[in-house]
Amino acid sequence: MSGYIRRAAALCALLLIALLANATRVQIFESSRYGDNPANRRQAIVRYGSPRGDIVVDGRAVTGSRDTAGMFRYERTYTDGPLYAPVTGFASQVYGTTQLENTHDALLAGTDPLLSTVPLWNDVARARNPGGNVVTTLNGAAQRAAYRQLAGRTGAVAAVEPSTGRILALVSAPSYDPAELSGSRTAVARAWTRLTGDAARPMLDRAIQQTYPPGSTFKVVTAAAALDAGVVTDLDAHTTSPDPYQLPGSNTRLTNEADGCADASVRYAFAWSCNTVFAKLGVETGLRTMREAAANFGFDDRTLRIPFPVAPSTFDRKLDPAQLALSSIGQFDTRATPLQMAMVAAAVAGGGEVKAPYLVERTTTRQGETVSTTAPRTLHRAMSAQTAEQLREMMLDTVEEGTGRNAAIPGAMVGGKTGTAQHGVGNSGKPYAWFISWAQANDAPEPAVAVAVVVENAAGRRGEISGGGDAAPIAKAVMEAVLNAHPRMRH
Amino acid sequence: MIQPGMPATTRTGDAPAPALRLPRRRGTELALILLAVLISVYGYCAVGLAKYGTLPPGATRYGAGLGVLALLAHCAVRLRAPYADPLLLPIAVLLNGVGLVLIYRLDLETPRDRAAPAQLYWSTVGVALFIAVVVLLRHHRVLQRYTYVCVVAALALLTLPIFFPAVNGARIWLRVAGFSIQPGEFAKVVLAVFFAGYLAANRHALAFAGRRVWRLQVPTGRVLGPVVAIWLLSVGVLVLERDLGTSLLFFGLFVVLLYVATGRTGWVAVGLLLALLGALAVSGIEPHVHGRVEDWLRPFASIEAGRGPNQLAQSLFAFAAGGALGTGLGLGHSILIGFAVKSDFILATAGEELGLAGLSALFLVYALLVERGYRAGLALRDPFGRLLAIGLASIVALQVFVIAGGVTGLIPLTGMAMPFLAQGGSSVVTNWIIVALLIRISDSARSQYDGTAAP
Repeated sequence: MSGYIRRAAALCALLLIALLANATRVQIFESSRYGDNPANRRQAIVRYGSPRGDIVVDGRAVTGSRDTAGMFRYERTYTDGPLYAPVTGFASQVYGTTQLENTHDALLAGTDPLLSTVPLWNDVARARNPGGNVVTTLNGAAQRAAYRQLAGRTGAVAAVEPSTGRILALVSAPSYDPAELSGSRTAVARAWTRLTGDAARPMLDRAIQQTYPPGSTFKVVTAAAALDAGVVTDLDAHTTSPDPYQLPGSNTRLTNEADGCADASVRYAFAWSCNTVFAKLGVETGLRTMREAAANFGFDDRTLRIPFPVAPSTFDRKLDPAQLALSSIGQFDTRATPLQMAMVAAAVAGGGEVKAPYLVERTTTRQGETVSTTAPRTLHRAMSAQTAEQLREMMLDTVEEGTGRNAAIPGAMVGGKTGTAQHGVGNSGKPYAWFISWAQANDAPEPAVAVAVVVENAAGRRGEISGGGDAAPIAKAVMEAVLNAHPRMRH
Repeated sequence: MIQPGMPATTRTGDAPAPALRLPRRRGTELALILLAVLISVYGYCAVGLAKYGTLPPGATRYGAGLGVLALLAHCAVRLRAPYADPLLLPIAVLLNGVGLVLIYRLDLETPRDRAAPAQLYWSTVGVALFIAVVVLLRHHRVLQRYTYVCVVAALALLTLPIFFPAVNGARIWLRVAGFSIQPGEFAKVVLAVFFAGYLAANRHALAFAGRRVWRLQVPTGRVLGPVVAIWLLSVGVLVLERDLGTSLLFFGLFVVLLYVATGRTGWVAVGLLLALLGALAVSGIEPHVHGRVEDWLRPFASIEAGRGPNQLAQSLFAFAAGGALGTGLGLGHSILIGFAVKSDFILATAGEELGLAGLSALFLVYALLVERGYRAGLALRDPFGRLLAIGLASIVALQVFVIAGGVTGLIPLTGMAMPFLAQGGSSVVTNWIIVALLIRISDSARSQYDGTAAP
């Protein structure tokens, strides 16, 4: 009997070994596979288990954390949520993260290995660093000015620093309060349903995610292409441009809003936004050259990130001459984000170079030690320095005596270009008002800001919507905010 | 010259050498009990420190309570079973203490549903019964007289819950005056006594009588009939009650004891074949069982179907989150398992918060308990005592394997209580009785030890 008992004991030993081996499999070898399963809520619990790092504007945090003592413990709070929503995005326990909350999630949540001073220590000790901070390039005054000016309208503002590409303002209206999506209460689900179902699309970041026909503001690109290609040599020489202009190979006759466009000089045509002159100029410059010029300004770039992706602006690759004529004045299939048009203005202001736009100045640990910094980077040369100088002159003229007078700022040089883009089937929609511009304080060596404004509609306003009337004052307010905040202007 | 510390038997050469007596080792037992209590109190404090940063308010009371229970049990053993194995009681105290810590820890996540006080109450009842068994049961052979009383009792205990309403799909509960009792738990012990008694009396007949069919020795129906009938009946009742874990346990117990009693491997083969057929038949008939097998084969099926993780997936998540060293007591999220987290899935909390290290330690402690039971069986001479010791130890071994294998995805999950750890009054009480019987058996084994091995 003793032998049988021993064998039964051996069976028990086998069972023990099976249990230990299986436990090792689950807890060691397949541990990360189970841990990474999206249905495992531990990651979310850990992510929200400590206060999230902050997003900083002008040295002041525009985000915060509230301790709820629940399972997903800390909820995101926002100061001026709707103002900064296009930049911060939201951090929701239920709906995930967007914008900077998304691209810098690991740093804000404290899981980024860069936050750890000793490599791999966190893995060994199961420790977490406190969430780091994201310092933005935004200029709070410019952001507030743009947001205030857009109140009650639908539109967007993008402002960049021409010499670096730092994004100074990124505003979309109407906006939403990302704080409504923090947490896992039922109110969050209700807010989500309301916001995603809203016809006004408050969660759309129009400054970077929406493309519009740029209208006449695109004439900056057309002029740069024509000047660089040598199609135009003298800005003041008369062109051979009929008014109206019959589009090549079609019966459509293009007209102008302004007078005196027939055979007008390029300088006059730019200041008064003559469609006929620029449509013909685009055809004369040719499809290939126009495409290359647009691409050098940043059009058709599918990889642009600021650090979240920007919708690509487009200039079509297959166009017949009539379509090319329309595309050259920012109609037909030409589409641009407000940020892209701010880059166009910045290229002129910056001597012809297009800088990569960016939102994150640097990232820091909770204690403020720098983790990473963003260095300015040139994307392309959009035009020669000489062409840029000529476009500067024309844009200055436009604000001094042309369609952009509403943007003039005393004590500063302001160059601009208006646009009123037709859209909809048979151009039936209410036109979009555009204004792109740059500003340089009289005593400053270089322009401090380039801005693009688009207004889709102006609620409660009667009459025609126009770039000079609706968009230029907004651009002026943003530029003034930057110039006033600029250190050179302070003393 | 007589060396100090030499056994007294060498002192006199002329007198007949008295039987070799093993040391009693009660001091060792006391020291180990104190260690077990200290580990439990330490765990209790660790939970409080992790959750609130302070020692939990009842730390001293909890430690004192557990200590007093353990000391009373120890005194009973010291007085009535002085030669008992010194490891059995400390293991029981440690497992019960750790179980209370884990349940207390999970109570913090469910403030409206506290289970630790009731568990402490049932532990007290368990220790009281332990003392009663150790004091009142003079010798394990007394039980042999009640072999056939036991079978009637087992059947009664198993059939009783059929007349009570089902709870969570299983008819295994008896609700009397506000208390829920699981008679199936007590039936385990009673059935072990019956199997041991019956097989001890008939093992030769089972092993050698009967006709030979091919290479198998088939015993006469007169001998085997009662056993198979009882077994079929108990399994049938359990299938009716939809408590498959216990059914599996009874079957395993039956096969192990049959093998140990007769030494016929053929019986084990026949038994396993029967089990396989039974399992196939039941999983074909019962959607409940079929679902368990499906869950085992594809634990993430419900996630892929968009219904979220099921309990087994949550349990696996918990174990995986523990890794090698665990998150630390009070710092895991095994509460996500939800229903039955304090009972069937209690091991997941241990796995997550104590890691593979802690889990392996628990497994080894259980293995030690089983090993001590087997050792007592080996040391005894009477077949009934041997079979009873093996049976009781096997109950613990099989139960641990079935539930631990189930919650870690080794075998299909069947609801069963982890001995001593899991929430459940009947289970704790039963386990204390099992340990009391093992103490009684090991006391006989070690007090009559004469230096020679049993045949």
